[in-house]
Amino acid sequence: MDAAPSLAQAVRAKYPNLVTAAEELPAGPTVTVKREGARALAASLKSDPEFRFNMLMDLFAVDYLHWEEKEFRYEVVYNLFSLEKNRRLFVKVLVPETDPSVDSVVPVWPAADWFERETWDMMGVTFRGHPNLKRILMYESFEGHALRKDYRYNQRQPLIGPMN
Amino acid sequence: MGKVAEGAPAVDVGRFDFMTTTLNDAIGWARKFSIFQYPFVTACCGMEYMATACSHYDVDRFGAGFPRFSPRQSDVLFVVGTISHKMAPVLKRVYDQMCEPKWVVAFGVCTCTGGFYDNYATVMGIDTIIPVDVYIPGCPPRPENVLDGLMKLQEKIQKQKQEV
Repeated sequence: MDAAPSLAQAVRAKYPNLVTAAEELPAGPTVTVKREGARALAASLKSDPEFRFNMLMDLFAVDYLHWEEKEFRYEVVYNLFSLEKNRRLFVKVLVPETDPSVDSVVPVWPAADWFERETWDMMGVTFRGHPNLKRILMYESFEGHALRKDYRYNQRQPLIGPMN
Repeated sequence: MGKVAEGAPAVDVGRFDFMTTTLNDAIGWARKFSIFQYPFVTACCGMEYMATACSHYDVDRFGAGFPRFSPRQSDVLFVVGTISHKMAPVLKRVYDQMCEPKWVVAFGVCTCTGGFYDNYATVMGIDTIIPVDVYIPGCPPRPENVLDGLMKLQEKIQKQKQEV
């Protein structure tokens, strides 16, 4: 693996109109992408022979409620891995509180199906174009999204039995 | 026949082919030594349940060595492990399907009180859903503790009024 430029910088150089930031975080190379271009970048990163990110290891969202330095409340993080090149890349998509939604990447990586359902269930981020976006951990009658920072951690919604 | 101590009256116990008791005691004696259990195992306490059931501790010594995986054939519902609000209706349904007489053992601290879980997902003790006869605390309880709980249940079965 040649030293320069870094993977994040290489991705940014190749897709300058989609990627807004590239940084080397302790977790690994990370790029931030515009919400509108997320799926296009995902498809490109998978098919581009320079990157070949053919595996979606993980997908989740982070709630930055009350973080002064964050402009957007949610960040959806894609953890990509290339079996061919043996390297990882984190892709972050900034999602506003007023419209918490991003395009689904199920057409690109089928593995995203349950990850996106979990993210919808726990964080309330909708994924446009998902084939079956319904709750995966909680029950259908559960109101709210349990891992949002403004959901009280022990707010129980029993199906049967006494409340709390 | 063993040797009788010198001076003791020579009594051949084999000559007595009857004993006196009450119907209540006789049924209680039969029931406490023929416990068919339904193991409702949901979490890590299951490992300790297996340790108790296997030959080293051998729950069969107490007549409870025969787990039935149909609630209609069981006497004692062993609730082993954390019960979530999503699982609670299933547990209630299993309990309702059991035939009288029936008993419930709360195995492990999660089933007793919710344990260290204080969150949106966990039932705070199964006694909020179904009646419990014996609580076995511990995280998970030692097999000795489980056997102690089982003996307490036997004592309870022996002493209660036997509905026939």
